[in-house]
Amino acid sequence: MSVLVYTESEEGKFKKIAFEAVSYAKGVADAMGTTVTAVTINGGNASELGTYGASKVLEVSNGELGQFNAEAYADVIAQAAKKEAAKVVVLTSSANSKFMAPLVAVNLEAGYVPNVTQLPVNISPFNVKHTVFTNKAFAVTEITTEIKVIGLAKNAFGLKENGVSTTAESFAPSLDTHDFDMKIVSVDKASDKVTIADAEIVVSGGRGLKGPENWGMIEELAAILGAATACSKPVSDMGWRPHSEHVGQTGKPVASNLYIAIGISGAIQHLAGINSSKVKVVINNDPEAPFFKAADYGIVGDAFEVVPQLIEKLKAFKAQNA
Amino acid sequence: MKILVCISHVPDTTSKINFTEGDTKFDTNGVQFVINPNDEFGLTRAMWFKEKQGATVHVVNVGGPETEPTLRKALAIGADEAIRVNTPATDGYSVAKQLAAVVKEGSYDLVIAGRESIDYNGGMVPGMLAKLTGANFVNTCIGIEVDGTSATVLREIDGGKETLSTALPLVIGGQKGLVEESDLRIPNMRGIMQARSKPLTVKDPVAATAETKSVSFEKPAPRGAVKLVDNVDDLVNLLHNEAKVI
Ligand SMILES: Cc1cc2nc3c(=O)[nH]c(=O)nc-3n(C[C@H](O)[C@H](O)[C@H](O)COP(=O)(O)OP(=O)(O)OC[C@H]3O[C@@H](n4cnc5c(N)ncnc54)[C@H](O)[C@@H]3O)c2cc1C
Ligand SMILES: Nc1ncnc2c1ncn2[C@@H]1O[C@H](COP(=O)(O)O)[C@@H](O)[C@H]1O
Repeated sequence: MSVLVYTESEEGKFKKIAFEAVSYAKGVADAMGTTVTAVTINGGNASELGTYGASKVLEVSNGELGQFNAEAYADVIAQAAKKEAAKVVVLTSSANSKFMAPLVAVNLEAGYVPNVTQLPVNISPFNVKHTVFTNKAFAVTEITTEIKVIGLAKNAFGLKENGVSTTAESFAPSLDTHDFDMKIVSVDKASDKVTIADAEIVVSGGRGLKGPENWGMIEELAAILGAATACSKPVSDMGWRPHSEHVGQTGKPVASNLYIAIGISGAIQHLAGINSSKVKVVINNDPEAPFFKAADYGIVGDAFEVVPQLIEKLKAFKAQNA
Repeated sequence: MKILVCISHVPDTTSKINFTEGDTKFDTNGVQFVINPNDEFGLTRAMWFKEKQGATVHVVNVGGPETEPTLRKALAIGADEAIRVNTPATDGYSVAKQLAAVVKEGSYDLVIAGRESIDYNGGMVPGMLAKLTGANFVNTCIGIEVDGTSATVLREIDGGKETLSTALPLVIGGQKGLVEESDLRIPNMRGIMQARSKPLTVKDPVAATAETKSVSFEKPAPRGAVKLVDNVDDLVNLLHNEAKVI
């Protein structure tokens, strides 16, 4: 028996969510009186996972798995779970995790709950708390199967150091041809940009910015903060910004530490997607904009005045704190 | 080509969410139900397959009789036939099991589902269905072309997109991008009239056990009032010293 956690990496380096997932898995394992085994695919240094509580690391290194492939990765994780007799499998809420979690769950005949925000409310029965209705509410759900698959919500648990001694062992899963039925033809990815999924800070613009030509200041503000850029739905519908930046109930979810909304009114569908961001700042010239009711900090003012000032101030602040 | 579009019947995006019976049930009182937005994009894409490549399009929902207006709407938009599997949608796995039986019986080449339903945000039905039926699966799908039995699929990935090639049968978890907002169709009078005479078959469920059980619901704690500041100096100070996010 153990808790198995899949630790995501990119180009041989673990992602921050991998450490968060291990921290969480350690919490689950402690509650169950067992230990954490991590499985990595072409991942980083196993000892880094020990810092957060993984006692054992199954390292898969396989050139055929160089690029994410849901079918094959799900197979690897399910095989690792079987080998470790895992009772709980911890995944994250990254796009890749959400893609493969249902495949892992069916393979293991395990019940799956995504968007889990905290340690299980109960171990027996196994009850987990998660967001539903696109962050408008929480639900507690019991997973009734012997093996449980959990998708941890981003930024919900944080990093917890739990230094344990770690043993790494190489793991060679058996893959079949069905695992490679999907061929990647091409990848089109801006490698220099922070993605909404990874970002600690997101700077988002709405229709109040009047046109795509005014996004220079949004990009500049984001660059100073090391932030990702995002937008409201009409902005991407009008083609001012790419689809991939549209956040909200029908777009991407944002779970960053800081969300700065500029010229966005705060419609219910927009707010649903950003509710799990920790701190929200609004810049809007209409004091009645609904977003002010959902924000932590606000400036009532014209974005075309406030944003340039904010950029200057942050430049000075960064220079001072460098 | 036979296409099945999976339609989830969900509260309209503007709905206020409330619970009843000691916070154990979603309160449907006064709630308007719609086709799940991700499914609406998929349905429109299916219409293009029908018009350009002569595909047959069926829609399916697993749920009680209350979902029939939503299925009728899909027929009015242009689907040829609708199927309702007569059992409450209790959890993602049991819904996927029901859909798998429909897919096997109808031998569909392409199943278009949504990336997730906006009610329970499970994002699990399409993947589970693919696994249960042995079909290929692409999630967060933002474009698809089919040529014979091979498909070229565009998938959104963090920070970009990826083009994949694969074979039918295929299940996709679709979203905006499959078609644009402006491509969505509003049923017109003719469509609504025609929908009345199109078949809506009610099927008995197959045996399927749920793997999860809903215990209770809770609304987020009300938040404190916004702190309004009138200059950027104060804002940066607060973000640094109080919120500690920069
Ligand atoms: C089915 C459905 C799904 C939807 N899903 C989403 C979703 O996922 N995400 C989403 O974002 N929306 C979604 N919407 C749309 C949503 O209802 C709103 O229409 C949208 O969020 C509004 O975008 P906005 O705030 O950019 O524009 P507006 O509502 O036009 O607001 C612009 C704001 O900018 C302010 N402003 C104007 N000029 C300035 C200035 N100079 N300086 C500062 N502020 C200024 C105005 O006061 C106003 O508050 C959905 C709608 C539907 C029907
Ligand atoms: N009860 C249902 N009946 C038919 N299709 C469904 C049902 N529930 C979910 N789906 C499909 O599966 C997708 C993802 O749903 P979910 O896994 O519930 O987030 C939806 O967008 C639908 O296409």
